[in-house]
Amino acid sequence: METVNIKINGMAVAAPKGSTILEAARYAGIDIPTLCYLKDINAIGACRICVVEVKGARSLVASCVYPINEGMEVWTNSPKVLNSRKRTLQLIISNHDRKCLSCVRSGNCELQKLCKDLHVDDEAYYDGEKTHYAIDDSAAHMYRDNNKCILCRRCSAVCENVQGIGVIGPNERGFKTNISSAFYMGLGETSCVSCGQCIAVCPTGALSEKDCTDKVLEAINDPSKHVIVQTAPAVRAGLGEAFGYPIGTNVEGKMVAALRRIGFDKVFDTDFAADLTIMEEATEFLDRVQNGGVLPLITSCSPGWIKYCEHYFPDMTENLSSCKSPQQMFGATAKTYYAEKMGIDPKDIVMVSVMPCTAKKFEIGRDNQNAAGVPDVDISITTRELARLIERVGLNFSLLPDEEFDAPLGMSTGAAVIFGATGGVMEAALRTAVWKLTGETSDSPVEFTEVRGVAGIKEATYNVAGMDVKVAVASGLKNAKELLEKVKSGEAEYHFIEIMGCPGGCVNGGGQPQVPASVRNFTDIRALRAKALYDADAAMPVRKSHENAAVKELYDTYLGAPGSHKAHEILHTTYVKRKIHEI
Amino acid sequence: MKTLEELRAIREKMQGQISIRREDVDRAYDSASESAAVAEDAPKYRSHVLVCGGTGCTSSGSVQIMKVLQEEIDKNGLRDEVCVVQTGCHGLCALGPIMIVYPDATFYSMVKEEDIPEIVSEHLKDGRPVTRLLYSETVTDDGIKSLSDTNFYKHQHRIALRNCGVINPENIEEYIGTGGYQALGKVLTEMTPDDVIQTMLDSGLRGRGGAGFPTGLKWKFAKANDADQKYVCCNADEGDPGAFMDRSVLEGDPHVVLEAMAIAGYAIGATQGYIYVRAEYPIAVSRLIIAIEQAKEYGMLGEDIFGTGFNFNIGLRLGAGAFVCGEETALMTSIEGKRGEPRPRPPFPALKGLFQKPTILNNVETLANVPQIIVNGPEWFASMGTEKSKGTKVFALGGKIKNTGLVEVPMGTTLRQVIEDIGGGIPNGKKFKAAQTGGPSGGCIPAEHFDIPIDYDNLISIGSMMGSGGLIVMDEDNCMVDIAKFFLEFTVDESCGKCTPCRVGTKRLYEILDKITKGQGTLEDLDKREELCYYIKENSLCGLGQTAPNPVLSTLRYFKDEYIAHVVDKKCPAGVCKALLSYVIDADKCKGCTLCARTCPNGAIEGKVKETHVIRQDKCIKCGACMEKCRFGAISKK
Repeated sequence: METVNIKINGMAVAAPKGSTILEAARYAGIDIPTLCYLKDINAIGACRICVVEVKGARSLVASCVYPINEGMEVWTNSPKVLNSRKRTLQLIISNHDRKCLSCVRSGNCELQKLCKDLHVDDEAYYDGEKTHYAIDDSAAHMYRDNNKCILCRRCSAVCENVQGIGVIGPNERGFKTNISSAFYMGLGETSCVSCGQCIAVCPTGALSEKDCTDKVLEAINDPSKHVIVQTAPAVRAGLGEAFGYPIGTNVEGKMVAALRRIGFDKVFDTDFAADLTIMEEATEFLDRVQNGGVLPLITSCSPGWIKYCEHYFPDMTENLSSCKSPQQMFGATAKTYYAEKMGIDPKDIVMVSVMPCTAKKFEIGRDNQNAAGVPDVDISITTRELARLIERVGLNFSLLPDEEFDAPLGMSTGAAVIFGATGGVMEAALRTAVWKLTGETSDSPVEFTEVRGVAGIKEATYNVAGMDVKVAVASGLKNAKELLEKVKSGEAEYHFIEIMGCPGGCVNGGGQPQVPASVRNFTDIRALRAKALYDADAAMPVRKSHENAAVKELYDTYLGAPGSHKAHEILHTTYVKRKIHEI
Repeated sequence: MKTLEELRAIREKMQGQISIRREDVDRAYDSASESAAVAEDAPKYRSHVLVCGGTGCTSSGSVQIMKVLQEEIDKNGLRDEVCVVQTGCHGLCALGPIMIVYPDATFYSMVKEEDIPEIVSEHLKDGRPVTRLLYSETVTDDGIKSLSDTNFYKHQHRIALRNCGVINPENIEEYIGTGGYQALGKVLTEMTPDDVIQTMLDSGLRGRGGAGFPTGLKWKFAKANDADQKYVCCNADEGDPGAFMDRSVLEGDPHVVLEAMAIAGYAIGATQGYIYVRAEYPIAVSRLIIAIEQAKEYGMLGEDIFGTGFNFNIGLRLGAGAFVCGEETALMTSIEGKRGEPRPRPPFPALKGLFQKPTILNNVETLANVPQIIVNGPEWFASMGTEKSKGTKVFALGGKIKNTGLVEVPMGTTLRQVIEDIGGGIPNGKKFKAAQTGGPSGGCIPAEHFDIPIDYDNLISIGSMMGSGGLIVMDEDNCMVDIAKFFLEFTVDESCGKCTPCRVGTKRLYEILDKITKGQGTLEDLDKREELCYYIKENSLCGLGQTAPNPVLSTLRYFKDEYIAHVVDKKCPAGVCKALLSYVIDADKCKGCTLCARTCPNGAIEGKVKETHVIRQDKCIKCGACMEKCRFGAISKK
């Protein structure tokens, strides 16, 4: 690799050609603070926290976007630099709602940390007029509080550049600049798909999910309710970060223990429903292939993706699998099969889901998601909310024992746990579809590595029983758009497509613990968290959904066969066609 | 498509007519061809009446004047002898509507509709100028002076403005008649792109938009970068308060911009140009549309220009009036259809500009110099001006000055010459206090630098900058703190809001100044303000923020005592800052006439008839109406 030699703070540093000063400084063991910069998402040099002195430059330069060149001399910590950064922070917080004590991000706020690190000793130094905004609570899944917004634009960048949606962006200008939707529509009135990526990248408390932990505690403390919880695969790969574990630590056992101690009556696993999804979806796929149904079949696990499809590709909703998402399948099963089995009135069951996802909060309110005549899922909380709940009830997470899920809806296979990573649903489906097509032998293949990895779009062709099965996997909605446009134009042809709304899949969902830019800029959190899931899969004794004994029992004793009429009534749903903006 | 021969034929056809008007304005251009035989079919008018159709004169009614004028001419049977020509701006905007009668170049100012019949019958028909309606300076005991002999014009040297106020901007043939598109022809047939760039480098032309970057160098950088597509952009997003030179060029001579852009396109290897012009310049926009259409029709734009195989097209993009869109990267972002905001550099536009392709951006006035540099040679241009600032500069004179308007002077002309000789000095016998150049990015030049030769480097050295050429004159009645606040308020409003120092910093700076003008400032505020100024300059993303504190810093540099007076003595020496002044009645002079009490809109003045009146300070809103009305000079402000 071609390198460039520069001097940083008088020390010689060699860094790859094309590096920014920020990246080069990292080679010298220097962390230049940043705020607006987010690798691959937002490089606009706007906040000016990362300024450095460059010999010969007219003014300070933003190191996040300034490329190095041979012989360059840089100072990252001169008095002028340090003072400038402090002044920048003081200016930012002069128009910031400094309610840190009650802020959802207190303790993991990037602004707060910078103020501490950069010695902001007078928070009111530049105080003057402040802008005041109403909190936008129009969306099902989140709040937008512009009073805490520092205009770093990471949210609008991820929305537009990564998700290809762009429902939020800067309005007005100068001191009145604010992030909002076009014509100041409420977010809930726009074609926002609820993916929550904006929340995941927000450095402050300006964006947050609608916290439902009070509702959870209320249900738990109601003796007339049977409160059960399900946890999505990706949650166990992210939750540990909130308690200081390295990114990519699987904390399934402690998570189960925590949920039990919080007071849930049953601690179940969405993975069970993931296996169930495979049974239904593989059946649906084979049915469409064999009976000339609409192809490609596209997965329906990701509610952000579903809403995106409904808004932006309404003519392709027939391609969507009619399977409910695992969350909803789980709720539907719990309130029918489990309720019947346990002799509990479904009305007395409170189904709580813990999801890496904010769109799940939207999904639980969709039509046709009430198999037992009551909502399949009552409360959906994010991984972050679970972490707050654990802190709130006073559990010392790291001291908790490792415990196992309750039976029977806690049983799952390796195929289910990889649902949390992009390509996982495809791989799980292939494990079962190939088994079915090749005569249901026990030595059918397990691993389909071509569809693994963090690439935005992946393609593979498998020859199964004489048929070339063409599959594609996309994560992140801009990638999904690119893929679908190819399908629509006829440029590409597939039988089966997996689409996840968030880049990297659920492990990088909008409900996962926020990872500060200082880490994100140098670490691929998607890959690390996904690895935890693939490792879990490899360690599982049973790795194919059709081998899940509890799922088998469900079919044998209750649903009949996959794709049966009863299965359809309970486990399948419908979609609507939406416009891009419903004004 | 026209060939070079056809172009020459049009030029010769038009030249005879144009020279009737050009004579006393500028003969420098292409004197050899002036003797060329006038084509047989050329119209032969004995007199041309030029009526200014620039924005200033249009607002004062020149369109109606022109209509009535034509009617009167018809009525007097002069249709075949006298032609009426709508031109662009002549520069003396304060005297509009303006009308000039050629060939004698008599100058009618502030023309009224009812004066037209007399002018037509007396002057146009019988040859007797209506002296009482002429610009007073041109009427002397010896007769009538030519326009070019007036103080306003005689010190000027018009290159960028050479056709403004001379030709009909809506007629490409008039432009061709002045030698227009000859430079493009020369470039395409006789010069290589490198020759063109070298010519620009040798001429020493620097960007007239403000920063003064060498134009040839900019072109050279863009040429050096290979790409499947490159762009030439024209910055016509003139936004400095009080600046209107680009508008005048576009309104008065739009083709010069098109020709220069095509030349630039040839030089750097671009086939597409964009003019980014403010939508608030409707006359300029409509004339540009006409000019582009005509240029296409005549083959001066489009495919295979002059049969040389060179293609060049120009598109118009209207800006919504955001000041920041005058910044090059913001302008390009806006052309791309996005929110007009600057982006960090590098990469510079010469490498990645519009649509990520190599792009040059030149200001209107810069481009207006290009064709003549090509035709007359770089040495001709470099012979004017100072060592590092060549050629001329157009200034928009405004503020406390007699001749408000547009002037073009060689670089190196002193501020005194511009203000006193050309501008006619300061009205009402007031004393010069400072001149503001460079708009919101510039600074104030105090009386001690009155004799400084104006060029890029001198202005920078005294804490101001050339800017696009707004020149606002201030007298002793101007409060410099208030002036700084005025410019800062503009920047606060126009900040795009992207970077922190500009979005929040300028706002906080403004708040400190506001506090000072209200008498609530402290000495600590003065220090805080200065530190904030330097912080904003050092940390802002683009030129707008980096220069926003300049008006504050330069007033601080030269008028620190005024700040101290506001902060320590709680006084505004110029008597502008209302919170710091009070109106009082001198008991010795007051006759008790009650006029002031009756005038006061807030009932703040008490007193009986024939007794001394008193202003109740708690009710006084400091409007000054009483002082204006008092017939005995008994009321003063302190």
